[in-house]
Amino acid sequence: MQTMPPALEVNDLTVAYRDKPVLWDVDLQVPTGVLMAVVGPNGAGKTTLIKAVMGLMQPAAGSVQVFGEPAGRQQVRRIGYVPQRTSVDWDFPTSVRDVVAMGRYNRGGLWRRADRRDAERVARALATVDMEDLADRQISELSGGQQQRVFLARALVQDSDLYLMDEPFQGVDAVTEQSMVAVLRRLQEQGRTVLAVHHDLRTAPAYFDWVALLNVRLIASGPMATAFSECNLRETFGGSAPEWTTPPATTAA
Amino acid sequence: MSSLEFEILATAMTVSAACAVPGAYLVLRQMSMVADAISHTVLLGIVLAFLVVPLYGHPLMVFGASMMGVVTVLGIDLLKRTGLVREDAAIGITFPALFSLGVLLISLLTRDAHLDEHMVFQGDLVYSVFQRLELAGRGYGPMTLWKMAGIFLLNGALALRFHRELKIATFDPVLAATLGISPSLVHFGLVLMTSVTAVGAFDSVGSILVIGFMVVPPVTARLLTDSLARYLGLSLLLGCASALGGFWIARTVNGSVGGSISLVMGAMFVVVLLASPRRGLVADWHRRRRQRVEFAVRMLVIHLFQHRALGQRTEENHAGHLEAHLGWSAEFSRRITELAEARGLIRRVDTHWLGLTSVGERQAEQALAG
Repeated sequence: MQTMPPALEVNDLTVAYRDKPVLWDVDLQVPTGVLMAVVGPNGAGKTTLIKAVMGLMQPAAGSVQVFGEPAGRQQVRRIGYVPQRTSVDWDFPTSVRDVVAMGRYNRGGLWRRADRRDAERVARALATVDMEDLADRQISELSGGQQQRVFLARALVQDSDLYLMDEPFQGVDAVTEQSMVAVLRRLQEQGRTVLAVHHDLRTAPAYFDWVALLNVRLIASGPMATAFSECNLRETFGGSAPEWTTPPATTAA
Repeated sequence: MSSLEFEILATAMTVSAACAVPGAYLVLRQMSMVADAISHTVLLGIVLAFLVVPLYGHPLMVFGASMMGVVTVLGIDLLKRTGLVREDAAIGITFPALFSLGVLLISLLTRDAHLDEHMVFQGDLVYSVFQRLELAGRGYGPMTLWKMAGIFLLNGALALRFHRELKIATFDPVLAATLGISPSLVHFGLVLMTSVTAVGAFDSVGSILVIGFMVVPPVTARLLTDSLARYLGLSLLLGCASALGGFWIARTVNGSVGGSISLVMGAMFVVVLLASPRRGLVADWHRRRRQRVEFAVRMLVIHLFQHRALGQRTEENHAGHLEAHLGWSAEFSRRITELAEARGLIRRVDTHWLGLTSVGERQAEQALAG
């Protein structure tokens, strides 16, 4: 049997801002079909890791492979990227539906006009994230959680094999968070891979089945049950105990 | 209207249309001040290009002069990237220096050429139509009109062809990059379009009116619509309408055409700022007032609900004590009480004491439940 290449493989990745390292020699493997949380304190380089994989930041050293091939322009197109919602101008004159449709723009080249299949796909993605009622809303009228759901819908229509999400649950209420987790599960059932920066250590074991603990260097990575240990967490977050003062439940989903 | 007047009007409207295309995107990308810088520094480009290709208005000369716009933006970006100077200051440093160099060169080198200093600031619509396009001995109208019509068509064609690239690179540069669109290519493409337009429009309207045409109609249009297509269309339309209105005023008072157009654009903006149906200040003021009243009614209902356990007649539900307890004026208390009563939310237990109706109670419960 042929072994499947990992969805993402990062080797010796070092990213620096001038002479200050943001990521120090990170080796990370993300097997195909897992939901992996990237966890770490502020300034741990979580966003940088994602940006370096996307080719948005120039690494000082190291290599990135996506599905067994060097990450170049072609491979990057197989990735669906969900940025932090503050990264765009929400006052831009456009509708929710139109923002989601942007995720389809790379289908068959930029010359191609949007067709009925695109429209259906966009409508379905909006329904998946419970936003169909707001499809024609001007985007500046959305709440933070709704903005986050628009980004998720946009990633869904990209039909990517690998999703990189930068704090997808930021500013989302508890009910929405549950429905977004259900969307991630469905992606996993379809054989897709998700790597998401996640801040809440209490919910991480319930939402994700794999974890990468990052603090400039990679502390540990692997299945939740083994890697998400108190010892590793203490090493990641240092002496200052964060929310995990009660030992985190290690019941992987 | 004489044919000369018609030509002046047509030129003004064409310039406004050509400027609206890059202007609409500059405004969306928060680059209005870059339009300001470019429209000034292209003067240096014009002077330098004129020294190399001494044919004013020649396409080669226009393109060469436009490179100065790109140089300006590169200079601003470099300064910004040092981390020592912020963007607004970088703009303020870059363009006066390059612009002054242009002015100085004009006064030193080209005393008798088609460039002179007074044209620099405001151009001259009336003068510009005297340069005629002649081919094989036949006249085809003012050169500027043809030049600007060409630039408008070019801008329009590019904007239509690349509308997705422009939209995505403006809204979400990161997504653009992942889709294979280079955000910096879009950025400099737009800068070059702005420069070509500014160079082309320089002799007819000068730098100030170019900024006006690029910035004011789009900003005004943005107050009127939330749809990108309508925003772009309105930017064009409002620019042309200002040119028309300004021309008419100048003709009536026998004054400066460029000045009148600028003034009309400013006035149009102020009117829309005040009266725009959804975003205007008047609509906003009305909305706030209505919200204040609506909120006060809810507050009264909840106040009565929270204190209903104290019995029917306490200080809390005494009509005359609302002023003290809710911080309202006597007049406002009376209005809100009457409104809530008219809506069947509250009732008078007797002349002085207020109570909730069952409808009011339900509403309070719902409001408190969140």
